[in-house]
Amino acid sequence: MTLAWVGLLVVLPLAALVARPWELGMHGVVASLTQPRVLAALRLSFGMALGAAALNLVLGGLVAWVLVRTRFPGRRLADALVDLPFALPTAVSGIALTTLYAPNGWLGGLAAPFGLSIAYARPGIFIALLFVGLPYMVRAIQPVLHDLPGDVEEAASTLGATHWQIVTRVILPAIAPAAVVGFAMAFARAVGEYGSVIFIAGNMPNRTEIAPLLIVIRLEQLDYAGAAALALAMLALSFLILAALNLLQRRLRRHLA
Amino acid sequence: MQRFVILLAALLALAPAPLAPAWAQDTLLNVSYDPTRELYRAVNDAFAKAYQAESGRRVAIRTSHGGSGAQARAVLDGLEADVVTLAVASDIDAIAAKGLLAKNWATRLPDDSTPFTSTIVLLVRAGNPKQVKDWPDLIRPGIAVITPNPKTSGGARWNYLAALAWAMRQPGATEASGEEFLRKLFANVPVLDTGARGATNTFVQRGMGDVLIAWENEAMLAQQELGPGKFDVVYPSLSIRAEPPVAVVDSVVDKRGSRAAAEAYLRFLYTKPAQEIAARNHYRPRDTEVAARHAAEFPAIPMVGITEFGGWDKAQAAHFADGGVFDRIFAKGR
Repeated sequence: MTLAWVGLLVVLPLAALVARPWELGMHGVVASLTQPRVLAALRLSFGMALGAAALNLVLGGLVAWVLVRTRFPGRRLADALVDLPFALPTAVSGIALTTLYAPNGWLGGLAAPFGLSIAYARPGIFIALLFVGLPYMVRAIQPVLHDLPGDVEEAASTLGATHWQIVTRVILPAIAPAAVVGFAMAFARAVGEYGSVIFIAGNMPNRTEIAPLLIVIRLEQLDYAGAAALALAMLALSFLILAALNLLQRRLRRHLA
Repeated sequence: MQRFVILLAALLALAPAPLAPAWAQDTLLNVSYDPTRELYRAVNDAFAKAYQAESGRRVAIRTSHGGSGAQARAVLDGLEADVVTLAVASDIDAIAAKGLLAKNWATRLPDDSTPFTSTIVLLVRAGNPKQVKDWPDLIRPGIAVITPNPKTSGGARWNYLAALAWAMRQPGATEASGEEFLRKLFANVPVLDTGARGATNTFVQRGMGDVLIAWENEAMLAQQELGPGKFDVVYPSLSIRAEPPVAVVDSVVDKRGSRAAAEAYLRFLYTKPAQEIAARNHYRPRDTEVAARHAAEFPAIPMVGITEFGGWDKAQAAHFADGGVFDRIFAKGR
């Protein structure tokens, strides 16, 4: 039963995708994927997604630790706000971020006098991906931290451990497997993110054009096979990265046990 | 049981029109391009009144807007458009190529099935601080130009061809010099939106860029309604006669039985009331009498037609297809 559902919901659409590009022929698929513009878009999408997920490791970890270990007024509100990027329609996130970071926006206006552009440049893409990825990281780490008793940290402290030792020897090993899961989810979300990014990206070929936008552009040119080829390439790359992360997570868990 | 019958009767009474064919009203879906929202809202009201007066039937028209290429694809993918009113003929040709409407659609209505025209102009910030007067100003260093992506936007294709038309009319111009001009122009473009309305928003709301290349109607709308007094329209020394065409989608109207209403709708666009509405929405009317009345609003500037580029088929293949000139511009020197 489970297999039938997974088959229907996941495998069938993917099979349709895998079948599509080959009408171009092997040579055509390779040619359509090795155009400089396509390579630039793939590099940008995967590079930005990995970078944003990596920074989210730190930011999400900090947010999770603060939410679990400290008590401050408005903590519940802050806890609820973390889920906002999940719930907002991506276009709304994109427009809100663009309004904020455009050269005439609150934050973009502060950077503009220094000749820095955030919206319509790569930093804008990075910020959008950071925004959509954060809740995955926080929600992956939070329960693990919650289950790690605070006394463990206190015990380490009474035994003479420095703050740094507590973080690297006690907390990090415990949350590492969960952090890898959070990283994988934040990355997966970011690499396929479309709605929020296209508003802030600038969408210039070779510079700020993400791979999902290139798929849409190919569709609008009625180049279905070319779009499917690019989608397939993204799927394969994502699969490889996620499989590697899965392996890493298992190793860490075994090490912990 | 009795309660159930009452409930059923109540539900039937509330049921929408499709369940009750006796009071049927005709419905039409007009799939259009990006900046025609205001135009067709006004046209639809006027047509509904005229149609009811003439035939006694009520008609409700829905319109859908988006980048012209994306809209054409939606129709190809099964969006049941009774009529398409798109930015460029090549988008309707793409639908005709799949057999959804007759290949000779352009000959079925007057003026190549384009009831009104427009042209491409430059919109600058009030007072024209960067002194943008004509096409060559757009390639000056330090000028930021906003125009949408010609791969997805019909308006952007007209923009691109208008700029190219100017470059090709310069003394000693060659295909290489035209391409070089476009390369320099797009090097000054910081954002490529997917549709004309998106580009207008980037220029008007986000404050990006010194000049927006736009449909005349879109530029006038921005100047008069989006930010009165904040923008000036600059007419270049040469532009292109932009002809957004209209057509009935045969396969859809025959299936839905809506051909009569759909054809009446498109014929209505050529009548004086509709031409007047078009003029008020800053489209250049075809009707000479209406055009004369609004002559002051539409400066006569030299324009080339799409024939300058050998028609849409050739222009599309040479410039906007994969590996065409537009792709080459971005492949080189970046």
